[in-house]
Amino acid sequence: MSCLRLCGISAIWFVLHSTAVQGETAAFNLQAPATSLARLEYDLHSMLLWVTGLIFLLVSGVMLFAIVRHRKSRAYRARTFHENTTVEIIWTVIPLLILLAIAWPATRAVLSQKSTHGEDMTIRITGYQWKWRYDYLDDNFGFVSHLSTPRTGTAAGAALPEHYLLEVDEPLVLPTGRKVRLLLTANDVIHSWWVPQLGVKQDAIPGFLRDAWFMVDKPGIYRGQCSELCGKDHGFMPIVVDARSPEDYARWRDARLKQAATAADDPAKAWTLAALRQRGETVYSQNCLPCHQASGKGIPGNFPALDGSPVVNGDKAAHLRIVFFGSQRNPAMQAWGKQLSDTDIAAVITYERNAWGNHSGQVIQPAEIHALRGSSG
Amino acid sequence: MDLASNTAHGMVSAHKPQGLARWLFATNHKDIGSMYLWFAFCMFLVGGVLALCIRAELFSPGLQFFQPELFNQLTTLHGLIMVFGAIMPAFTGLANWMLPLMIGAPDMAFARMNNWSFWLLPPAMTLLLLSFIVPGGAAAAGWTLYAPLSVQLGMGMDLTIFAIHILGISSIMGAINIVVTIINLRAPGMRMMNMPMFAWASLITAYLIIAVMPVLAGAVTMVLADRHFGSHFFNAAGGGDPVLYQHVFWFFGHPEVYIMALPAFGIVSQVIPTFARKPLFGYSSMVYATSSIGVLSFMVWAHHMFVTGMPATAQLFFMYATMLIAVPTGVKVFNWIATMWQGSMSFETPMLFAIGFILLFTIGGLSGVTLSVAAVDVQLHGSYYVVAHFHYVLVAGALFSLFSAVYYWFPKMTGRMYVERLGQLHFWWSLLWFNVTFFPMHFLGLAGMPRRIPDYALQFTDFNRIASIGAFMFGLGQLIFLVNILYSLRHGKTAPQQPWEGANTLEWQIPTPAPYHSFNPPPQLETAENGVVLSMRDSGQA
Repeated sequence: MSCLRLCGISAIWFVLHSTAVQGETAAFNLQAPATSLARLEYDLHSMLLWVTGLIFLLVSGVMLFAIVRHRKSRAYRARTFHENTTVEIIWTVIPLLILLAIAWPATRAVLSQKSTHGEDMTIRITGYQWKWRYDYLDDNFGFVSHLSTPRTGTAAGAALPEHYLLEVDEPLVLPTGRKVRLLLTANDVIHSWWVPQLGVKQDAIPGFLRDAWFMVDKPGIYRGQCSELCGKDHGFMPIVVDARSPEDYARWRDARLKQAATAADDPAKAWTLAALRQRGETVYSQNCLPCHQASGKGIPGNFPALDGSPVVNGDKAAHLRIVFFGSQRNPAMQAWGKQLSDTDIAAVITYERNAWGNHSGQVIQPAEIHALRGSSG
Repeated sequence: MDLASNTAHGMVSAHKPQGLARWLFATNHKDIGSMYLWFAFCMFLVGGVLALCIRAELFSPGLQFFQPELFNQLTTLHGLIMVFGAIMPAFTGLANWMLPLMIGAPDMAFARMNNWSFWLLPPAMTLLLLSFIVPGGAAAAGWTLYAPLSVQLGMGMDLTIFAIHILGISSIMGAINIVVTIINLRAPGMRMMNMPMFAWASLITAYLIIAVMPVLAGAVTMVLADRHFGSHFFNAAGGGDPVLYQHVFWFFGHPEVYIMALPAFGIVSQVIPTFARKPLFGYSSMVYATSSIGVLSFMVWAHHMFVTGMPATAQLFFMYATMLIAVPTGVKVFNWIATMWQGSMSFETPMLFAIGFILLFTIGGLSGVTLSVAAVDVQLHGSYYVVAHFHYVLVAGALFSLFSAVYYWFPKMTGRMYVERLGQLHFWWSLLWFNVTFFPMHFLGLAGMPRRIPDYALQFTDFNRIASIGAFMFGLGQLIFLVNILYSLRHGKTAPQQPWEGANTLEWQIPTPAPYHSFNPPPQLETAENGVVLSMRDSGQA
């Protein structure tokens, strides 16, 4: 009996829900909330689940009763009634009242999601195809966060790391107990920043700023993913938030600021081919590889090959310009001048001109990029 | 009431054109209806194969069969083909076949336009499928084709835009035909408030199609202009706004949901009374509920955009308006159950699919209420929960109702009975594996799995496995349907004029199979609610 089976399923669902362990990876329910917003959403969902579940049981129960009792095979004689104004008014008004009862807490939850004022710190989040950039606006530093688990492409059975697809090289480190305001935007297409345990999902829209907020209760690692289809590697731009106690966070921030001060490259430094090529390979794998591939062969029809490309093997200036300013013809090729340092751009171009079947032997020095940046204003 | 000897009612089977010309130059509503239905079924199989490709890739974490760029093409085309190639043409086909028979019209109002609205479909779908082999492959921005991603893609996107334009023209012409037929060609005595619910549902659906297909055309034309003609509708640097696309798309997209749901409501409102042997409960409230769903469907579009960052007031407006839709939808479900209540039910295949529809559509409706609450939607938007929700509404909703309709009217269309045991098997098989496929997706979404990803984190493995197994079994089960139809077309038992004891609408008053030309001239009718025929006599003009 279809109804019996479905009632069974939903009954199991409810039992599992009500007893769900609030672990990090809840199998049948929302992830364990780690912020007041997430808790609000969790409780609201639980309430809705009970209300809708009971309505379903009621509706299917009545139908099941009719199916069992009012059937021809039991020689049940059909009545002929076909309207009853009272009943019809009742089953219009009762759902309305239920909805009103739901609307009250739902409205309060929306309003608290939207109250982004009174923040302790502000992070600007920029979505790129296919990575996130985090800027700590109060402290004037920032970094890009890439997927760091290996891309398999292999058959199943290969051992995958525990946090496969949910690990990044540079997590967003934040203090607990502080109201964090997010300003979100994107560089190319729409992305969406979603960390379930923090109760935040907000689209990042190119050319516009949107805001959201949260305050993390306790230290921990919170993981999420981009949740708006943003092209080929939509599934490969995870989000990791590393929440630390305010003291640990302050230590991390100071170290980070010190590191930023010493690590800045001197754009006037002259590099050797080997050193630039080595650095360029790293820059390439973090930024260029998803489209142009490790082999430099690209993806025919979508992303052009660099191995043997006339641009990469031809005039240096044209190569510089397309990397720095992006491609007019193909918007997927971004303007990397806005994203990478002079040294990184010099390194990656040097790498591309001396990798795979390309053997130009040319070295592009950071000073050349610096000059281009100067001339472009 | 019994009108077995029927030549007096304009029932003529002669003068049937033969060969290819019969189909190519078809103007007969029954021929065109059959073509629509076969076309829709072929597209259902194509879209189904794409779905199985998706489920095969998602059987295990890691990339096994398809690279991400191809995976995105598969999800996009699966959606587009199922919506525009399978479900919508199937409903139009049923309306073509049954509407004239249910309201006593000789044919559809514009017979030649009818021909054209069908014959636009194959070229449009060919364009869509061809786009797989052009450089860069098919459109890969999801069936919603969100800008700016859709501005980035290769020429497959241009083919898709062109295909959507053609499909839109086809749908609009089909809809105009339905509206004019219903308004103008009802037989004398068939008042609007006596029409079968299926006619009402088709009428309201047709108005929705006419209202929103041009909006979709506008949206994709703006994408085309941004791609090739240097406009900046969706580019902030040029003064545009990417979110504008979403507003325009969903102003089409939400009524589109009801374009795929209202005809299903109509079918179920015919099938349930027949097999409960009891008149439809609350006919006029059904008409009002269906109309108000149609009107409300224009006021809720931004509930698809709760995480774009709308102001709180807009969030609240669209949340309240969306929740409100639950009221008329609830009325419909309650009315169906009240129709079954104290009826004398039997459970042939059409009835089983109709009951399955009510049960599973209710689940989809209730998860819709959950999604309508903006604060909760923040967690569920763009997750597998949404995938579960709309498959409950579209597969268990639209598709199940279509199966119900085909089994229900198969005897009238072909003159033969389908094989009941195979039909029952098809139902139970579909019901079981549908739930195995889509119920776990609720859990996946709640646990945080985004939709439209080709690869996933390890904690999502188990439910994805279950869903993939379910999908393959569900797909296999549809072959039962195909076998049943093909076998019964030739070898099925000869059907009587009224194969269902409780069927009393107009289409059951004419011979089986329905003659090639019917109701020319139209009969004089006396009808009751929901198209029930009380008496019918020749108008005497023949």
